[in-house]
Amino acid sequence: MAASSIPLPASEPLGASPWIPVPFRVEERASETADTITITLTPPKGIPSRPFRPGQFNMLYAFGVGEAAISIAGDPDRPETLVHTIRSAGPVSAALSGAAPGSTVGVRGPYGTGWPLASASGKDVVLVAGGLGLPPLRPALYEMLRHRDRYGRIEVIYGARTPKDLVYYRQIQEWRGRSDLRFQTTVDAAGREWYGDVGLVTARVPDLRIDPSHTVAFLCGPEIMMKFTAQALAAKGVPDGSIYVSLERNMKCGVGLCGHCQLGPDFVCRDGPVFRYQDVRRFLSVREL
Amino acid sequence: MSDSIAVGGRYVLERAEFPRFLLALHEAGFRVVGPTVRDGAIVYGEIREESDLPIGWTDRQAAGQYRLERRADSALFGYNVGPHSWKKYLFPAGERLWTAVRKDGSFEVHPEPVDPTPLAFLGVRACELAAMGVSDHVFAKAGDPSYAERRRRVVRIAVQCGQSGGTCFCVSMGTGPAVRTGHDLSLTEVIEANRHFFLVEIGSDAGAALLSGVPLRVAPEGDANAARAQVDRAAASMGRTMDTDGLRDLLVNNPEHPRWEIVARRCLSCTNCTMACPTCFCQTTEEVPDLSGEEVERRRRWDSCYNSGFSAVHGTSIRATTQSRYRQWLTHKLATWHDQFGESGCVGCGRCITWCPVGIDLTEETAAIRIQPAPAPVPA
Repeated sequence: MAASSIPLPASEPLGASPWIPVPFRVEERASETADTITITLTPPKGIPSRPFRPGQFNMLYAFGVGEAAISIAGDPDRPETLVHTIRSAGPVSAALSGAAPGSTVGVRGPYGTGWPLASASGKDVVLVAGGLGLPPLRPALYEMLRHRDRYGRIEVIYGARTPKDLVYYRQIQEWRGRSDLRFQTTVDAAGREWYGDVGLVTARVPDLRIDPSHTVAFLCGPEIMMKFTAQALAAKGVPDGSIYVSLERNMKCGVGLCGHCQLGPDFVCRDGPVFRYQDVRRFLSVREL
Repeated sequence: MSDSIAVGGRYVLERAEFPRFLLALHEAGFRVVGPTVRDGAIVYGEIREESDLPIGWTDRQAAGQYRLERRADSALFGYNVGPHSWKKYLFPAGERLWTAVRKDGSFEVHPEPVDPTPLAFLGVRACELAAMGVSDHVFAKAGDPSYAERRRRVVRIAVQCGQSGGTCFCVSMGTGPAVRTGHDLSLTEVIEANRHFFLVEIGSDAGAALLSGVPLRVAPEGDANAARAQVDRAAASMGRTMDTDGLRDLLVNNPEHPRWEIVARRCLSCTNCTMACPTCFCQTTEEVPDLSGEEVERRRRWDSCYNSGFSAVHGTSIRATTQSRYRQWLTHKLATWHDQFGESGCVGCGRCITWCPVGIDLTEETAAIRIQPAPAPVPA
């Protein structure tokens, strides 16, 4: 007797597996710093582009090496290309960093929440980036500059260790030249060739030209930087509930199944990476949570 | 008489006819898996004939202890749960997700097909049905295709517990010992002075169809009562209890409780509890290239929040201490699971207690966390 006589639920085809990377073509690779590059990817023929929200990430796959969670750094209005800025830190990111134009990188995603741009509408906006925290914020900046009239003042503070660690160097010069945006850069240490600010991003917060009670802030960088920046913003009068942070955790899956990225009740990959700071502050304040 | 068998019906299967039941499962095309004796423990494996079952065996369990012992009778299911759980069939400890080959300067990915053989789980306990329900929610929320595919091909033949193990606390977790839902069939084994039979309860149409050709008769009231008495006995003999009142908030609000440091002095961070747990789902992936580098396979395997690299970001572990890992495991299992999936991640099976090499008992740990520490002395 065949098993078909037993009324088991009907089988559905295995099609929509979340685990299958799609091979995207590397169109460009540009050097940012000594260990950081930016790649531009396009989907294979017949495969639609991947619209994304600013702040989301993809799982990028290097054939034969593995996957890593990398934030999307491009313009959300141009989803026909995916732009990722990658620092070579481990085997996967090193392999991805070495992906030459014409080669292939696998893509799963986009995953996660994004920066809540709608909540910033009609308000002043502060972006604070530390190190490689700028790439996940760049799509939000593109979006806000495209719809410049929706927002009040836009202030960006970008901090890096040294001038040589600043990414998007040329683009920053353009942004600094704009009259509808104030873009400040600061570094921890610099030589004589640096004419900009030296110091922590938090030191720039008191001088922000904002109406604090009508300000939304997006922070991305090391957790310690975000913590002190949030404190500085709060001291200036920015409401706790208007401060958002993007968190980084170990991620293998992107869909809340591998368990690695848990922070308290949240899967950072699915419930984040962007969180309202007041919702995660209590978890971040516990050592090793 | 099988034509009239319907969901909700109760029948008697005589012990002597059990091989006929097993044969019916095989003839229906199922691979039957269930309890077997191996390496001094009852583990799940292939059941080809009834002698593969642990007939006449029982287990004695305590914190960090597990022993097989002979029973005075020849019960087929006279024991509780062992180190294995059914998750090994639905979410294998290691599996290939896909393979890929280099092609025309790019690569081509081939999803791994799932073995289409339908499985009959024989001897599923109430806590294990509950655990499968918990896993179903976790894997469905993530849209995992291979779990769903395997799960669809499973019939579940439950067995009602006639006794409790030394580390059982399903009554506290509201998951047992009575099998009430989720089964295709449930069996209650009754051994009397001169009789040995099973009360068979039909849980689904698939379950009813399994009984085609199996000699059954409608259960008389007396037999049904004798079966119920078995489950009542199990309910009355729980080895452990856990107070779940306010447990979610208790754990979430006490991450700095001194008990975490005390339990960490014993915890080996060995991962046994997470491997034995029927609901622990944490996993990692591995890329396995062949020697030529032209073909790769993507594998996933069970991972554990007790592994040092589990939380590592850029090579640095966020949870470097055993204390933080035990806290993560227990808090996730009993507390934040509610936030994530609307239920507890614990079903009260007791495996983590029995299989902990140092006998750490989560019911004892949660009770200890209920005791508020003395306030720190006020500086003069």
